[in-house]
Amino acid sequence: MTTQIHLTVDGKKHTIAVDDPNMPLLYALRDELGMDNPHFGCGLAQCGAFTVHVDGQAIRSCVTPLAAVKDAKITTLAGLGTAEHPHPLQAAYVEEQVPQCGYCINGWIMTAAALLKSNPHPSDQQIRDGLSGLKCRCGTHMAIIRAVKRAAAMA
Amino acid sequence: MNAITNILKSDLTRRGILKSAGALVISFSAPVALAEAATAAIVPKPLDPTQLDSYLAVHRDGSVTVFFGKIDGGQGTDVGIAQIVAEELDLPADRVAVVMGDSALTINQGGASGSFGITWGGKPMRHAAAEARRFLVNLASERLKVPADKLSVANGTVFVTDAPGKKITYAKLIGGKFFNVAMKWNGKIGNDLDVDGGAPLKKPADYKVVGTAPKRRDVVAKVFAKPVYVTDVRVPGMVHARVIRPPVAGATLVSVDEASIKSIPGARVVQKNGFLAVIAPKEWNAIRAAQQLKASWTQPAPAFPEPGAIYDYIRQAPVRKRVVEGTKKGSVDDGMKDAVKVVTADYEWPFQSHASMGSACAVCEIKNGKVTIWTGSQKPHYAQAGVAALLGVPPENVHAIWMTGPGSYGRNDAGDAALEAAFIAQAVGKPVRLQGMRAEGIAWNAKGPASVHHARAGLDANGKIIAYQFESKGFSRLEVDSNESNPADSLVGQQMGIALKPTDSFGTPDDSYDVPNRLMAWETIPPLLDRVSPLRTSHLRDPVGPQIHFASESFIDELALAANTDAVEFRLKHLTGRDAAAVKAAADKFGWDTRVSGPRGDAKADIQTGRGIAYTKRLNTIVVVAAEVEVDRRTGKVRAKRFAVAHDCGCIVNPALLHNTIEGNIVQGTSRALHEEVRFDRQKVTSVDWETYPILDITEAPEKIDIVLLDHPEIPPTGAGEPSSRPVAGAIANAIFDATGIRLRRAPFTPAQIKGSQA
Repeated sequence: MTTQIHLTVDGKKHTIAVDDPNMPLLYALRDELGMDNPHFGCGLAQCGAFTVHVDGQAIRSCVTPLAAVKDAKITTLAGLGTAEHPHPLQAAYVEEQVPQCGYCINGWIMTAAALLKSNPHPSDQQIRDGLSGLKCRCGTHMAIIRAVKRAAAMA
Repeated sequence: MNAITNILKSDLTRRGILKSAGALVISFSAPVALAEAATAAIVPKPLDPTQLDSYLAVHRDGSVTVFFGKIDGGQGTDVGIAQIVAEELDLPADRVAVVMGDSALTINQGGASGSFGITWGGKPMRHAAAEARRFLVNLASERLKVPADKLSVANGTVFVTDAPGKKITYAKLIGGKFFNVAMKWNGKIGNDLDVDGGAPLKKPADYKVVGTAPKRRDVVAKVFAKPVYVTDVRVPGMVHARVIRPPVAGATLVSVDEASIKSIPGARVVQKNGFLAVIAPKEWNAIRAAQQLKASWTQPAPAFPEPGAIYDYIRQAPVRKRVVEGTKKGSVDDGMKDAVKVVTADYEWPFQSHASMGSACAVCEIKNGKVTIWTGSQKPHYAQAGVAALLGVPPENVHAIWMTGPGSYGRNDAGDAALEAAFIAQAVGKPVRLQGMRAEGIAWNAKGPASVHHARAGLDANGKIIAYQFESKGFSRLEVDSNESNPADSLVGQQMGIALKPTDSFGTPDDSYDVPNRLMAWETIPPLLDRVSPLRTSHLRDPVGPQIHFASESFIDELALAANTDAVEFRLKHLTGRDAAAVKAAADKFGWDTRVSGPRGDAKADIQTGRGIAYTKRLNTIVVVAAEVEVDRRTGKVRAKRFAVAHDCGCIVNPALLHNTIEGNIVQGTSRALHEEVRFDRQKVTSVDWETYPILDITEAPEKIDIVLLDHPEIPPTGAGEPSSRPVAGAIANAIFDATGIRLRRAPFTPAQIKGSQA
């Protein structure tokens, strides 16, 4: 028995049929819509690699049931900006050469984008507090902080 | 025939793919050579390690592609290789594309390994580029009818030095054609591979590209969410797989209730001997099936010691192998006779997990007997060999394609995933995408080994070390090999009944301290289980470097204290040359205050501040780290606030990428020093996620990391991927002592340890 779900992702409307309406959003994005992000990191909302925006708020798509987001506007990293029209954070990330393996990238950029929206000029401590809980195994934290500051300065 | 010979044999019979080369592995932000590489009509030719064409191609537009048998884990090794090749060819770096880690397009250069990417991996590429330049200049000499020594090259154009108008481009000379030039090959495959055609190399004084800072080629693709990861590979008709691990270590499968997942669309069980997995066309259904599947397992006796007693267990365990290694000088016993003071200490380091950002993923397709395996393994050529051996197919029928994995700092779970995906694909006759759940990459990957270290030294009347003995005992660093070419080194191989065949290996401190009498040794103990152990060991970034040098550099500090000498001054009394220069550079950058370490001021203050230093070498790369810590007496929490690092790895190819690589090492090293310890009970590993295996949070990241890069263009690069992981724990431990007077001899430096040590 499948359920029809309507989703708006990065400005495009989609209808998908799922076996389980409690399926986390992550699998709809990757599996049903064929998107390459967000990444599966832990599936436990502990790392952030699967962060997307739902109505502008950063949420962890690996534990968010589809049924809870069906009418919401979802933005992924791919929808945040493009190489031609990058979000300031994406431009800053390139400038600072932040990612190493980069698998964590959705968490940091999407969370920082939401942070900068509510607080366009955060202090060093506000950046750290705002991004607390996200994981980066390569240890790129210093570059992440530089990039967020650079993006804030661009805005 | 061994695996390497197999791989070589298979390499020698293939090279038909150059026509469509590159598209799979070069990111969309790669330089202009990409487009040309993707369309270059170069006639198929087998990969042959003696042939220049196996390493380098000049396209019709004059751009170059190099075929590099290693991979890049995100530090920019490929950019460095492009710079080295561009330098020898007198091209800008952005005219050189790098194809990496594809077993059909690159000769096995050992994959990512031991920080050798530039050091060893760059050598044959540099020689090949120099050879190509010589060949092209000679060709130009014929065409222009001017002796070669009257010719110069700039930007891919050969011209007459005295009449620059007379010129011909690389593109015209050879674009789209093979060189057909043989070079002398040293007969080795893997890290040691080298070729040399005898062409002279450019003098470091003339470098224009090496030493500059072009940007990484994968960053733009990653930032804009392009499909660059192995997790992004999709093959038509593929199913998703999840493996089921035993509930406790050592348990074997008794029975599976296939009906228990009947309600999940398309889900089915894959089981052979002790190996158990589920597949489903939809990923979420595979996950649900894995969670829902009922299976019964044997209930073996507990395989592990009491977790609190692991270090006693190691001390009491039988020694399987003892090796005296590293610098050996004089006689420690004789030296001790002249000692006025003797210091001894013991140090302990826990099992640590690779805990990559995501658990490993692999995709496998088998079509007409030909196997394609997409893997994030650091060593794709060995994954090719392992898959071939496991499936019982000739290695030339396996094509391994490396794509960036969800993180990689050693032999993590990627090799296991590659062999499992292939095994399942063969069993079900469909393409398979396998990714581990979180516990696969934290609890079930192979671990960095737990160890104990015993140090003893004597000081003479001048406060110098006169005799020094350092011994480590622990689990081998190689219970599973550093690559997956042998199924015995994979979980699926072991679950199919092949027992672990561990290699005994550990290590000793690497430094240049001038000590007249010195002996260093290590001892390994048997693995806890002979197969499928979640506490089996493998290489984790700077294999055994952090543990050994936490111990040795803490001990040097203890000796400095015994000699009533400043920690920097004490080290400098025993060092000269580049080593001493690096210690001074780190101390200067840090603003080191010269004094005997130990608490000052108000011992009852809530926040206590201290500074510490550690100096280490790793295969001729010298790293010195000075750390400032704050210890909160109330909570026992340690904050590593500030670092100054001096880094000498010989010739610096790309200072900007080196800087970011060092920063990552310092932060990761801080995480390992302050937080990381694999928890387990007597039956299983209980560190299964980020809650139970915490790593450093951004709120704890240092405020500042100052890095001094000591460049020696005349010294060939000695490696930078991991050496700066090595001194971090020692520097922090020494700073904690300086702040509090508490000498921590066990990692990680948790609040419980601090609180437990407070008077």
